[in-house]
Amino acid sequence: MKRLIPLCILAVLVTAVQVAVTAAGQSFYLTQLTMAAYYTIVVIGLCMLMGYAGQISLGHAGFFAIGGYVSAALVIADFSAFARSGIGHAFVKIGFLALGKDAYGSAVALLNPWLACAAAVLAAVAVAFLIGVPVLRLHGHYLAMATLGFGSIIYKIVLGTKVFGGADGLTGVPPFVLVPGLSVSGAMAERIPNYYIAWFLVCAAALFMHNLVDSRAGRALRAIHGNEEAASAMGVDTARYKLGLFVLSAVFAAVAGVFLTHFNGGIGPSEASIMKSIRYVAIVAVGGMANLWGAVAASVVLNFLSLRGYFGSYDEAVFGAILVLVMLFAPNGILIRADVWAKIGKKIEGPRSKLRGILPSLWKKKYL
Amino acid sequence: MSFELLLQYLFSGITSGSIYAIVAIGFNIIYNTTGIINFAQGEFVMLGGMTAVSLSAVMPLPAAIACAVVITSLVGALVEITCIRWLRQPSVLRMIMITIGVSILLREAALHIWDEKVRALPYFTGNECSSISILGAHMSPQVLWVLGVCGAMVLFLSLFFRHTLVGRSMRACSSNRMAAVLCGINAKNMVTISFMLSAAIGALAGCVISPLTQTQYEIGTPLAIKGFTVAILGGLGNTTAAVAAGLLLGIIEALSISVVPVAYKDVIAIGILLVILFFKPAGLFGNKETGRLSEF
Repeated sequence: MKRLIPLCILAVLVTAVQVAVTAAGQSFYLTQLTMAAYYTIVVIGLCMLMGYAGQISLGHAGFFAIGGYVSAALVIADFSAFARSGIGHAFVKIGFLALGKDAYGSAVALLNPWLACAAAVLAAVAVAFLIGVPVLRLHGHYLAMATLGFGSIIYKIVLGTKVFGGADGLTGVPPFVLVPGLSVSGAMAERIPNYYIAWFLVCAAALFMHNLVDSRAGRALRAIHGNEEAASAMGVDTARYKLGLFVLSAVFAAVAGVFLTHFNGGIGPSEASIMKSIRYVAIVAVGGMANLWGAVAASVVLNFLSLRGYFGSYDEAVFGAILVLVMLFAPNGILIRADVWAKIGKKIEGPRSKLRGILPSLWKKKYL
Repeated sequence: MSFELLLQYLFSGITSGSIYAIVAIGFNIIYNTTGIINFAQGEFVMLGGMTAVSLSAVMPLPAAIACAVVITSLVGALVEITCIRWLRQPSVLRMIMITIGVSILLREAALHIWDEKVRALPYFTGNECSSISILGAHMSPQVLWVLGVCGAMVLFLSLFFRHTLVGRSMRACSSNRMAAVLCGINAKNMVTISFMLSAAIGALAGCVISPLTQTQYEIGTPLAIKGFTVAILGGLGNTTAAVAAGLLLGIIEALSISVVPVAYKDVIAIGILLVILFFKPAGLFGNKETGRLSEF
């Protein structure tokens, strides 16, 4: 149960912020907080990858872009020609395709967003496998450059291809109906439900990663984090675990991409740019490499400030400066790490056991 | 493809290739002395060009270029002193992130000092319309300037490293740092000098290419990526191989335009980088030892 405490704190904070912001009449903050939440999902995946697999990834915005662009392109595309065929009719019956009218009144057949989401995630997994197997054998500069190159390729492809909208990106992405009545969209009336959807996803991602670290696979990951060669000598298949973590972080990024695209109603090539990738890395560096909750906190704060425009035209300079300063002076992250909490915990152990003796009934009920 | 067209592509490729080669040589100089890959190398090229453009408004062109080179090498020394000199046993990951952060800061500083507009130095001889013809291929005289200056730089560097005391000290540092320190060579100063030298040759390259490709605050990053590709293609640390690899990449890129849409030109260069990294990290001319990374 102790492991759920940070999660509960997060849930309480999320609800409190929403109530406070709505009461103060500043509901527009919720939009930036929702977007920050989706970026936080990417950061969670990257934090695990950099912390436990020790793999720097300067191209993670590429996976975000794959998720967003593939789902957007599939959801916008008009499958009318296909819908007229035999299989097309069957698809319409099952619900894979939906017939409707576009803004000009002509009939279109649109793909079910769930299918588009699944296709986007599968695409991200495929690319992650394809890239991951050779890339994860590299180290140091070569690894950094390979991931940077991968992110750059995705950016250039997205920028230069007509299907993905070129420099304008894709717009007109319809809302993603999760259950009837609840959908991911940017409509103003849906702000509060979308806020909770986004933060629910963040909590789910954080809980997933937290449980992963405590599982058998997590023990292998922590061994690799401690010393890769020692872990390999003990029989841990480091290559398999590193690849698995790489693919998992790509899935997180792709899911975040899909949901943010539906929330924003579109996506642009800047989401795939190198600067976005470096932003994610800078946030993970601030929070601490394997420090999940530190990364979440850093991500929320920095992304919210950046999206609100507090950094003005110095936006990218701020993240560059953060990266340099954190790496120069606090390479292990500036937010308190778990072992520091453990030290604090040890300090209160003495008084705590005294209290147990005085109040045995409370101790029996496991409150102390 | 007619012979003239092929020759045109070749010259275009050699021009851009020599700029990549200069950036790669800058990478190699710093890598040889310190084991760091300096991701800010492209920004030195950009700074050289931008500074020269600003200075050329108040002084004659050769003086402006000379001052730009000096100022950029001072910036390089500043980067080294503030960010790298005082670190003890930094890990490779940390150095990568620091140099990436520095390159971002340099780019954003350039954006705020100048603006986002594109600038260019005047052509060294003639103007935009002048053109000379070699074996049927037409090109600007600036192309010959680029090739001449880059060739002269390579020659100067090889003489510098072989015959001057400072150059030989830097080679000693790259060969075995501890032994160089024991011989009385101040290794820390050699690192600073290597940064200054890299910045200076980058700046000169930026000045000489500026009339052809124009200079803007964001030309640094793609140059750094391609320069790194060339450095790896030739084998990290091998300066002569970097020149050959640079020309090769430039020619491949120029010829690729006849096959693939121009928007994907950079994809080809990065694709080559990934292929080399996956299959032969030691590069075309390297051996197994180059494939491993040297210590800082």
